[in-house]
Amino acid sequence: MSRRARLWLLAPALAGFLGLLVWGMTGLPGSGDHQGAVAATIARTAVPERHATNVVTTVTLDYRGFDTLGEEMILFSAALGLVVLLREQRGERKEEVDDDRAAGRKAPGTSEGLRIFSLALVGPTVLLGLYIVAHGALTPGGGFQGGVILATSLLLVYLSGKYLALRELTPIPALEAGEALGAVAFALIGLGGLIASGVYLHNFIPLGTPKTILSGGTIPFLYLAIGLEVAGAFMLTFLEFLDQTLLVRSRSGG
Amino acid sequence: MNTLVPLTVAVPLIAATVLAASAPFASRRFADGVSLAAAGSVCAMSGLLLAHGGDLVYWFGGWHPRHGLALGIAFTVAPLGAGLATFASAMVVIALLFSQRSLAEINNVFHALLLVFLAAMVGFSLSGDIFNMFVFFELMSVAAYALTGYRIDQRAPLEGTLNFAITNSIGALLVLTGISLLYGRTGALNLAQIGQALGTRPADALVVISLTLLVAGFFVKAAVVPFHFWLPDAYSVAPTPVCVVLSAVMSELGLYAVARIWWACFAGVLGGDRGAVEAILVGAGTVTALGPAVLCFAQTHLKRMLAYATVSYIGLFLIGFALLTPDGLAGTAIYLVADGCVKAALFVGVGILQHRLWSADELRLRGKGRAMPYTAALFVVGALALASLPPFGTFLGKSMIEDAAVKAGYGWVIAVFILASALTGGAVLRAAGRVFLGLGGAGEPEPSFEIDREESDEPETDDPRDRTPAMLFVPAAVLLAASLALGLVPGLDHAAQRAAAAFVDSAGYAATVLHGAASHTPQVAGPPPPTALDYLYALLSVLGAFTLAAVALLRPVRVFAPAVMRLRMLHSGRVGDYVAWLTLGVVAFGGLFAVTLL
Amino acid sequence: MSGFLPYAVAAWLFAAGIYGMATSRDLIHLVVCLTVAQSATYVLLLGVGYLHGAAAPIFADIGPNTRVVDPVVQALTLTDVVVEAVVVSLLLALAMQAHKRFGTLDPDDLRAMSS
Repeated sequence: MSRRARLWLLAPALAGFLGLLVWGMTGLPGSGDHQGAVAATIARTAVPERHATNVVTTVTLDYRGFDTLGEEMILFSAALGLVVLLREQRGERKEEVDDDRAAGRKAPGTSEGLRIFSLALVGPTVLLGLYIVAHGALTPGGGFQGGVILATSLLLVYLSGKYLALRELTPIPALEAGEALGAVAFALIGLGGLIASGVYLHNFIPLGTPKTILSGGTIPFLYLAIGLEVAGAFMLTFLEFLDQTLLVRSRSGG
Repeated sequence: MNTLVPLTVAVPLIAATVLAASAPFASRRFADGVSLAAAGSVCAMSGLLLAHGGDLVYWFGGWHPRHGLALGIAFTVAPLGAGLATFASAMVVIALLFSQRSLAEINNVFHALLLVFLAAMVGFSLSGDIFNMFVFFELMSVAAYALTGYRIDQRAPLEGTLNFAITNSIGALLVLTGISLLYGRTGALNLAQIGQALGTRPADALVVISLTLLVAGFFVKAAVVPFHFWLPDAYSVAPTPVCVVLSAVMSELGLYAVARIWWACFAGVLGGDRGAVEAILVGAGTVTALGPAVLCFAQTHLKRMLAYATVSYIGLFLIGFALLTPDGLAGTAIYLVADGCVKAALFVGVGILQHRLWSADELRLRGKGRAMPYTAALFVVGALALASLPPFGTFLGKSMIEDAAVKAGYGWVIAVFILASALTGGAVLRAAGRVFLGLGGAGEPEPSFEIDREESDEPETDDPRDRTPAMLFVPAAVLLAASLALGLVPGLDHAAQRAAAAFVDSAGYAATVLHGAASHTPQVAGPPPPTALDYLYALLSVLGAFTLAAVALLRPVRVFAPAVMRLRMLHSGRVGDYVAWLTLGVVAFGGLFAVTLL
Repeated sequence: MSGFLPYAVAAWLFAAGIYGMATSRDLIHLVVCLTVAQSATYVLLLGVGYLHGAAAPIFADIGPNTRVVDPVVQALTLTDVVVEAVVVSLLLALAMQAHKRFGTLDPDDLRAMSS
């Protein structure tokens, strides 16, 4: 189809699509008038029954924990998928370079200010990430959010110009193993619930007192596993992309 | 028995993570062993769940419903879902066995991805919660994208995977929008509870649009016309073991989802207008069955031919489901499994040709297969099974659907079934005649299409041999035998009918899931055995296949009617076109549903 | 009227994203348009769960019987964001490989296959 024919097809289709969506949404209660009975029950029972004050976390890891296992495995498979899709092909090679710029790549130099600032931020970022992962059951945050913050510390290192040094310190197999460990830890904790109380993902660890760091039973441990997995997966993602851009060159040169 | 339910998903996931973690230092033997053990155990566990009969409800985290409100996620294991799970795991076992020989540069990551794919399919078939189904749907898709793009060093897989990923992501977004609308109305994510809540008010715009969005989104995965354009691109470039699983199971799961959601959620509120829904879906199924069947016949690249055949059969399964009766559903279930086995066997056959002769193109392979009698037999038997030769399982399923169609007043779909099976079976017969007997005219593969044909047909292994290894041939033979067995096992049709009758019982389903009522399988009289008319129809399909193949072999290559040429041009490989057709499809279904259901 | 605004925005975002994807001339642009369409689902989910005058569902410093917004849609949106971000990363990897293999990022020019 030529582009013009496509536009002739698309314009009425999109108009119809928009119209149908809006028409369907008129059946919704207005935003702000939500009446869900399930949500109300959950909001009422989360703290008394699970001793965790962050209800969203409780929903994510307890009421609907099985969804989160699936979601974590999606992240895991995508990291594996990236390894498959971005791997070295026949006809390519990984360059060994001494400085941070691969041959033929015209990257602008990094300013001193950026280097110092980025390096200085790495430590606080990691600390912030760990804090958010650990307090997932109490305040907004948790394994996903904290894991991503942890992974951005790698980007800060890249900005500071020390990428190749970092590359030698964190080989990809170690990250793959760490990420897989996080993923399997979640599944195994669920299995623990199966063994201890006969139901998969049952919250079988003593619940502790609300508002303390170990409250919520399995919830803080699940979020630790997720934090490990998310940090590993995103670091792997960044490494794969940065390798492709900075290091992989075709064998014919340039 | 209850403990088995979560294990069917947890075991392959844990095995996949172990394989990924040990990838740098584990041997190929270890990976093969672990993955086969995991997939085999899932097959055994799902088989046990299937044999259990009745509905099993499993609440994760121990969150049982309170006052009829479902707080947690439930798996509702019905015989139809468990049957699909067993079938999916069996296909993955076959794919693992087959991949040991057919893919050279395989490593643990491939096995891990295949196991994750399996876990997602099993979870999808067993889940009773709509958002949980969405999560497994996305997990299936992500693993499928990675597996399809495995030979990323070539251009065709790259484009195929892109088209696959982009269109299916839009499908997922449609599903999610539908889920949000339903949640806004009902406040629930559990299928049974949604059904209860929707049933309290008459149908309105929201119900119709959420049905449209869910149906359209899942039809993208199932590749119903006009959402199907991505499938030939993707299935013709995926590694052959992956094609086995994709073609036999993944597309069919899209239809299963629509069936599940229809009977659990919408049958109550829209039941009065069933006739309209039947008509629309039968129409969609007919278009999906016939157009791609013609295109299948016009193909000379074997994998692309089988991909179009897959779409055509999805159309036939859709017709069977669209009758919205237990008999039609039972016939569809049997037809689906039997046909899946045959398609998988044919894909394995193509893999054998690629392994020995370095190509999958009919014209390029003309006459080169003369020294491969067993593979030839494989293709011929497979083609006849596609054309529903008795006593294959395909014949049994098809005759059940035909009987159900006549009872529902849709007798004319029999002609659609005959035409589609004749075209697809005839295409494979023609290919077999050309490759193994050297019949038919010679011709160059079309240069204007498929520019990189040589690249995309590179062998997937590095060592072609003179003999077909047993590891490649045996899975195909087993699959064909399984398809035959399905037609011969006594009482299978009766069991399928009972399972279907329980599946369509929306009120009973809600009672079992939300109130813990014991599930009871309704007593149904066994279906009558195939009648003489059914044999006649099957005979017509088989004769039609032979005639079409013979006619094609006698005429010069590549002479197509202009209409067929235009249809082929539509499948342009450009994702922008596909997205435009997708949008049109959503509007078409939405408009039809709106006009007929309100 | 203001109760309908989030839904209208979601519908518009979805349509705009689809338009961008169908008419795109650059794979990276196409992937970003997919992100726009994905945002539509986030807005819709969160709009559905909102409650006027209610607090966030974190009971660390509010009384146990305060009205809170729907925590379930927030958990769903969290899952949704992760899933969609992951798909986008895969698509970007494919786009990178496409640039290398085809020398172009124009989706209409990736002509390896057609029927």
